[in-house]
Order: sequence, then structure tokens, then C-alpha cells
Amino acid sequence: MRLLARNRFALTFGVLFVAIVLACLLAPVYADDVAHSGPNANHITATVEVGGRRVDVVSPTGVPIGPTWTGRFLLGADANGRDVAVRLLYGGRNSLEIAAIATLLTMLLAVVFGTLAGYMRGPIDGLLSRLFDVVWAYPAVLLGVALGVALAVGGLDLGLFTLHSGSLLIPAFVIGIVFFPYVAKPLRAQALSLREREFVDAARVEGRGPASIMASEIVPNLASTIVVFVPLIVANAILLEAGLSYLGAGVQDPNPSWGTMIADGVRLIPGAVHLVLVPGLMLVLTVLSINVLADGVRDVLDPRAVGRASVSAIGDRQGRL
Amino acid sequence: MAGVPAAAPARVRPPALPRRLRSPLARFLARRLLGLVAVLFAITVLTFLIFQAIPDGDPAVRMAGRLATPQQVLDVRRQWGFDEPIYVQYARTMEKILDGSVVSYSQQIDVESQIVRDLPPTISLALGAGVLWLVFGVLFGLLSAMRAGRWLDRALSAVALTGISMPVFFLGAIMLYWLGYRWGLLPLGGYVPLTEDPWGWFTHMLMPWIALSVVSIGVYSRVLRANLLDALGEDYVRTARAKGLSERRVLVHHVLRNSLAGIVTLWGLDFAWVIGGGAILVESVFDLGGVGQYAAESIGRLDVPPVMVITMLVAAAVVVIGALVDVLYAVLDPRVRLS
Repeated sequence: MRLLARNRFALTFGVLFVAIVLACLLAPVYADDVAHSGPNANHITATVEVGGRRVDVVSPTGVPIGPTWTGRFLLGADANGRDVAVRLLYGGRNSLEIAAIATLLTMLLAVVFGTLAGYMRGPIDGLLSRLFDVVWAYPAVLLGVALGVALAVGGLDLGLFTLHSGSLLIPAFVIGIVFFPYVAKPLRAQALSLREREFVDAARVEGRGPASIMASEIVPNLASTIVVFVPLIVANAILLEAGLSYLGAGVQDPNPSWGTMIADGVRLIPGAVHLVLVPGLMLVLTVLSINVLADGVRDVLDPRAVGRASVSAIGDRQGRL
Repeated sequence: MAGVPAAAPARVRPPALPRRLRSPLARFLARRLLGLVAVLFAITVLTFLIFQAIPDGDPAVRMAGRLATPQQVLDVRRQWGFDEPIYVQYARTMEKILDGSVVSYSQQIDVESQIVRDLPPTISLALGAGVLWLVFGVLFGLLSAMRAGRWLDRALSAVALTGISMPVFFLGAIMLYWLGYRWGLLPLGGYVPLTEDPWGWFTHMLMPWIALSVVSIGVYSRVLRANLLDALGEDYVRTARAKGLSERRVLVHHVLRNSLAGIVTLWGLDFAWVIGGGAILVESVFDLGGVGQYAAESIGRLDVPPVMVITMLVAAAVVVIGALVDVLYAVLDPRVRLS
């Protein structure tokens, strides 16, 4: 009974999260049909009708208008006279895209390296475990900021593919690398114990090679741990992206993201607190809905909670920013 | 991490060791020290390479100033050795870091004395926030576990989950706006030394402490709650109950004592993290002028030497305090072996 109630709670937040994702994906529709303004369109000298009076979007002293609660400037404008609601949705799209790509990268790296280290043991494990340790002991945020600034300034040229400065893939790439040891370490530990099990012995006796055993015997058995980690990484990727963008090392101007919107808003907070409140509350609500959902998923999938402490530790490191 | 039993590593006959390294503690410390050196080496190389890879990051151009002639840029480049091979530059920078003479690229400030100047706010932040999040994290986690499933547990879980989902810079900005600007209850950022004005120090640190500890209070209470509930199924709990101990006594004296180990590890790492200057965002939001803020500003200026020193500091703090926590365990709990 309790489990059910709990899951209904988790479900509600799951629905909320899906609603947020849909709203962000529909950003262009909202921009065109409701707000009639793009995410980067300035309206500094424009006026808007509120309650029958015409009001400057940005006052002569530079204070932007607050929420009008009508179609145009629903949630107010920023210092450049840009529509906050439109930027919020576009920013959310950027934030969610980055978080999704980063999570994919983290999971890919963690599954490949974690399984390799745990199954192969020996020198390969030694080498990979040291790699986890270095990335893990490296101040994650400093690494994020350093990589972010480095790549944001110059872009990245790896020969095979190039990332232009300002690309959304840059923060995604940085975040993906920062988080992978947190997942790789528990996966390695699990692979280490899985390889001693009978079904793996059986596969070995059948004469199958390590690659085949890892792919078809080990990885499928890691699935529930992976599923438990995914929402946590997504939630923390969103937070880290916001933090990096806040420090100027994530999404680059004029592209909106919730972090850059808050950073821009802080400068004007005395006259226009909505510039911080709107993206901030949206950020908290999104991350909260994922965390509640993750909690529910964990209760259902993993009653014994493999490595629960390490699951939470990611959240904690993230908060240390 | 302790508490999670790793699969037993293959038994390998240990190589013969000098007599004085035969005690487990000495061997443990020696191994950790070697590990520290290796980690620091890898981290500094990584940092150096990251900054080398920046296409527009030529420090000579920036140091020579905007109006410099090509000749002046060349002079700076030669004078600072930026024209040498990268491994020579790395070796030279490390040499200077180790003998304490390294200076920053911008304004040529002595990096290590700048960090020493920036340490008081950072230490104040770490100590105050560390105490806050440990006390409240344990308190909330314990209360939550004692009332598992009832309304207090639900309320505390909601608070904890909200805390975990809170970006510190947003919380900081909101607190500054209402508590500082609108209601004028607390100062708007900055740092006052404890020795000059203890009350001023306290009021300036209060908001940063709260902002920094909210996330951890959430995490610690969730971790502790989960650990406590797991441990309640163990045999020793049944024994304690069978002895006729009250439920509260069982929870606090038996279960909590066993579950605190994981919390202490977490706390050690987090504390090390803040002490080393890892709390970049909180320090920047509240303009504390600590090590973390110095790191953020140096990164913004692509100023490699301070970034190298501070990353070394954070990593060293994490490794050293991590080792201390492990030693502490072995002392407190004879079942734990140092390995």
C-alpha cells in the first residue's frame, strides 16, 4: 500500500517532468503563435499593453518589465527586452538536450570502462581504475570550468570532428566526462562479482571470448544498476550545466540556458527579481521531478539498493560546486 | 567506498618490504602517499594540457597587452619561456610550484601567498557549513528513519529532495535578495575576518554556510535514512530487540553507530573538497574572496599557474583526508582492515 502511494507520488512528478520536456520542445510554437518573439529578439524600445495602459518593455532607467500574465511577455522581459517566457522554453530545450547527450556519454563510457575493468581485472583494471581515480579526484567542477572555458574560447579540433566554440556539444562533452567515474566505479565492482558466477563460467567453458561474454552475459546483468543511475545523472547534469553556464563556461551568449538566464538576472536583481526567480524555479522543479521519479524507480527496481551511498554521492559532489 | 564489500582481489604474495614498512599502517600510508603523488602528477599534466590546447590561449599575447608590437610579444614569450617545448614548460612550472616561487600570468602575483591570503574565508566556510550539514543531515536522517512512512518522514523526505534539487547559486541569489537586500537582515556578501569582528564574521558567513549546506543536508539525510532502514533487518538488531531494548535505544545506540561510518567518509571528502577551494559557486555568489573564487577568476583569465596550484590543493586535500578517514575507521572498528 505504501509502495503504491509512493509510486503514485513518483508518477505525478514523472508526468510533471514529461510536461516540462514537452513544453520545452514546443518552444518554437509558443514563440511564434503566442509570444510573437524569438528567443534572441530584442524589444528594448517597444511598448506592451498591460491592463489597458501602454508600458515600456524596458523602462528608461533600464529596469525590464515584470510578468504581464498575458500572451506577450507572460513572464516579463530581460534587460535587452527579450521575452523571458520564450527564453525559458528555449533555454530549457538547451539544458535538457545537453543533459541528455551528457548522460548518454557518461553511461557509454561507464559501461564500457566499468565492464572492461571489472571483467578483465589485472593490468587493464589497474590502468582503468587509476583513470577513474584521476577524473574522480580531479576537482570535477574545476575540470568542468577549465574544459568549458578552454573549449568555449577556441572550440575543439580532434581531426575527425570539430566542435565550434558556442556549440552545445561542448558543455555536454565536459559534463559527460566529469560524471563517468561515479557510475563506472560501482559498475566495475558489480562486474567483478558477476564474473565469478556460474553462468559466466558456463559461457567460458563454451569457449566464448571475453568480448562476447561481456556483451551478452555481464552487461545485461548491469541493466538495473544502469537504469537506477540514468535519472540521477540527468538531474545532476542539468544542475552542473546550469552551474557551468552561470560561471560562463557552459552555454554561450546569446543562446539561452537556465544557468545563463540566472547569471544575467543576478546583475539586475534589485529591480527585477523575476529574472532570477523564473529560470531558478523552473530549474528546481525540473530537477526535483527527476529526483522524485528516480527515488520511485529505485524503490521498485532495486530494493536492496546496490551502492545506494555512491548513488547519492554524485548528487553531493555536484552540490559542492 | 567502505561498507560496500568489494570482491576479494586475487591473492598475490606481497614483495619483500623493509622491516619498518611491515606494519599495516605504515604500508597503508606509504601506498596512499605514492598514490597521491601519482594522482597529483596526472592532474597537473591534465590541467597543463587543457590550457595548452586553447587555440587563442597564447599567454604571451595577453600578457604583452592589447597595444603590444609583435616584437614585445616575442620578448614576453622568450622571457617567460613560452617558446620552449611543452614538457620543458611543464617541468619548469612544477619546479616553481614546488619551491614556492610560482607567479600568476596576470599581474605576476605570487600565487602561493595569494592562496594563503585567501584561505581564511575558505576555512571559515568549510568549518561552519561542515558542522551544519553533518548535524542537520544526521538529525533529519535519524528522525526520518524513526518515523519511516509517517508524515514526519514524508515531510523531511520532501525537504531533503528539494534540497538535493537546489542549485546553490540560485539559492544564494534568492537569499541575498530577500535576507540581504529587501529585509536588510544580513550583509550583502563579502568577508570580515574573525579576529577583527567576530559578530561581523558570523553575519557575513551565515548565508554562505546555509547555501552550501542545504544540498548536503538533503544528501546525508537520504543516505543515512536508507542505511538505517537497511540495517534494521540485520541479525544484531533482532538480538538487541530480543534483549528487550527500547526501539529508540536499538536505533540510536546500535544501528546509528554502525551506519555513521558511511556518513563520516562522505563528510571527510566533502569537507576536503571545500577546504581545497572546491566551493567555487558559493564563494563567487557571496564574494567571499576565498580560494575557490580565486580559482574561478583565474580560469576566467586563462591564468594557468593559480589553476594548477588550486587543483593540486583540492586533489591533495581529498586524498589526504580520505586516507585519514580510512585510518580512523581502522582504529575505531577492528573489523576494518587497511588495504
